[in-house]
Amino acid sequence: MLAFLIKRVAQAMLVMFVISLVSFAIQDGLGDPLQELVGLSVSMEERQQIREELGLNDPLVVQYARFAGKALRGDLGVSYFYGEPTVEVILNHLPATLELVIGASLIIFFLSVPIGVYAAIKPRALLSRFFMGVSIVGISIPVFLTAIVLIQLFSIGVTVTVFPEDTGWGHWLNEALSTNGGMPSYGRGDALVPLFGTWESGFFSQRGLLHLILPSISLASIMLPLFIRLIRAEMLEVLQSDYIRFAQAKGLAPRRIHFLHALKNTMLPVITVGGVQVGTMVAYTILTETVFQWPGVGLMFLEAITRSDIPLIVAYLMVVGLIFVITNTVVDLIYGLVNPTVNLTGKKA
Amino acid sequence: MTAVTLSRWQRLRQSDLWHSFVRDKVAMLSLLVFVLMVCAALLAPLLAPTNPYDLAQINIMNSELPPMGSAGSDPAFPLGTDAQGRDMLSTILYGTRVSLLIGFGAVVLQSVLGILFGLLAGYFGGRVDAILMRIADVQLSFSTLMVAIIVGAVFKASFGNLMFGDIAVYLLIFIIGVAEWPQIARTVRASVLAEKKKEYVDAARVMGFGARRIMFRHILPNTLSPILVIGTVQIANAIISEAALSFLGLGMPETQPSLGSLIKSGFDYIQSGSWWITLIPGVVLVVLVLVINLLGDWLRDVMNPRLYKG
Repeated sequence: MLAFLIKRVAQAMLVMFVISLVSFAIQDGLGDPLQELVGLSVSMEERQQIREELGLNDPLVVQYARFAGKALRGDLGVSYFYGEPTVEVILNHLPATLELVIGASLIIFFLSVPIGVYAAIKPRALLSRFFMGVSIVGISIPVFLTAIVLIQLFSIGVTVTVFPEDTGWGHWLNEALSTNGGMPSYGRGDALVPLFGTWESGFFSQRGLLHLILPSISLASIMLPLFIRLIRAEMLEVLQSDYIRFAQAKGLAPRRIHFLHALKNTMLPVITVGGVQVGTMVAYTILTETVFQWPGVGLMFLEAITRSDIPLIVAYLMVVGLIFVITNTVVDLIYGLVNPTVNLTGKKA
Repeated sequence: MTAVTLSRWQRLRQSDLWHSFVRDKVAMLSLLVFVLMVCAALLAPLLAPTNPYDLAQINIMNSELPPMGSAGSDPAFPLGTDAQGRDMLSTILYGTRVSLLIGFGAVVLQSVLGILFGLLAGYFGGRVDAILMRIADVQLSFSTLMVAIIVGAVFKASFGNLMFGDIAVYLLIFIIGVAEWPQIARTVRASVLAEKKKEYVDAARVMGFGARRIMFRHILPNTLSPILVIGTVQIANAIISEAALSFLGLGMPETQPSLGSLIKSGFDYIQSGSWWITLIPGVVLVVLVLVINLLGDWLRDVMNPRLYKG
């Protein structure tokens, strides 16, 4: 176990090193700090002098060592736009994104498990086929489009008038297909409850929750089909195995077999995939936050790009890279602990 | 010449592929819709009523006209007009063309990279394999979209808006191709590992053929069916990635719109009630991606390669 742990941690550090190299290359290649610091009137000699003082003429290795040393101490430079340390800017925006991810994860978890299990237990049922059909359509809809459709339906509202209004059924259909709108589709609302530090939460007020609904559903929409299909496939496989047949032969109640014995082994691969999907989730928060103007790190990153705020872009890369590396390592470790068949030592069998 | 094509046609008629295709209505319908969309996109300059790239044909007075069937629509613009007065039908035809071009281009690039690295990793094994697959793992753990967004952001910051817009098509093909190569490389590697153990490879080696010849002439043809399956799905993924990048403003400029940038430019007007500018290109995008995904599903069922799970 210890060998496995050391190996994974070493691997994580190597990846983090590569990420820092890429970030350093971006910072070095894109921004000329001098341009941000001095005006046009500064002469070449003075520029050279400032370069020397800032250490911009040092060999790249020395510059990288300085960059990495600062990064280890949590100093990733100062944002051009905010004029604050980039790490602080990111930490201020992080709670919004985290709440969005939590909201989406809750939706994914509470919908994908029952639907996936149902589709596996009754693969031929009409409802199962309906869910599987919807899930392939769901995979084909980009997350920002889901978000736009949700805004049109529940924020702006739709008035359907295509059916004849003077007949009873036409009026009824028009009414049934029209939506009221009115759901908030912009930002987090003004009813945030301060939790601790800079974390203001939308989870504890009605209006905050209302603002969370549409963005969370949008973010969940892209992962939900994936998880439903995965849980269904894994569950189908598990249901074929001997121990389930034995349990059935023993006469255990079907509910007990499905939800206690089968589900336990189904969730194992789901945890790993779920951990890996954190990366995808972060990418999709950028899209979701753009549509809903959600003031999280994704929107902040996109704004940093349009403003050419290079320190902030670099800091975002480092922080997001760190989040990825940590989640992937932790998921691997948990998987190694939970599943006894995983070869922990790395020895060839 | 005709004899050759005829026998090929007959061979196709007798293949499993054709049989399962004729029996699968979803696959037939998907292929029909897909072929229609590709044709419409290719023939856009002939089919489109106006040329959206030509500023002289646009009249700002026609802006934000609703599509057919709603009050205030103009029969000259069956799908309405956007905020600049461009005919939506024309912009969508041209936009589908751009989206398909980038989708196919990106898949060609990622196939070249993926096949090359997958063959190398699978055939040579050892250190080459370890390094290449480690890179692939890291890139995949970051998710391909994230990698594409980051590379796109770096390009945008280093090229500047104007120049980025001029060469956006090539940049997007490059970005998406490079971001997605691990998917294909892993599939190729897995099938190379299986093929490598077979006798015909040993025979080729005994005959003294070089590694390059064995890899490309002997092993590669036998790994084509999984590549075809994953390549199909990857076209859909590439089109979605392109749309996502364009929606974020890291893709095609509004002057030369793809479906994604059409959705983006329409989104600014959705609050004022002009739903068609963003939703009609959206529907076209979803239908395009859906039929490609359905075709990919069907291909996987027919060829049933042991694809890499996930």
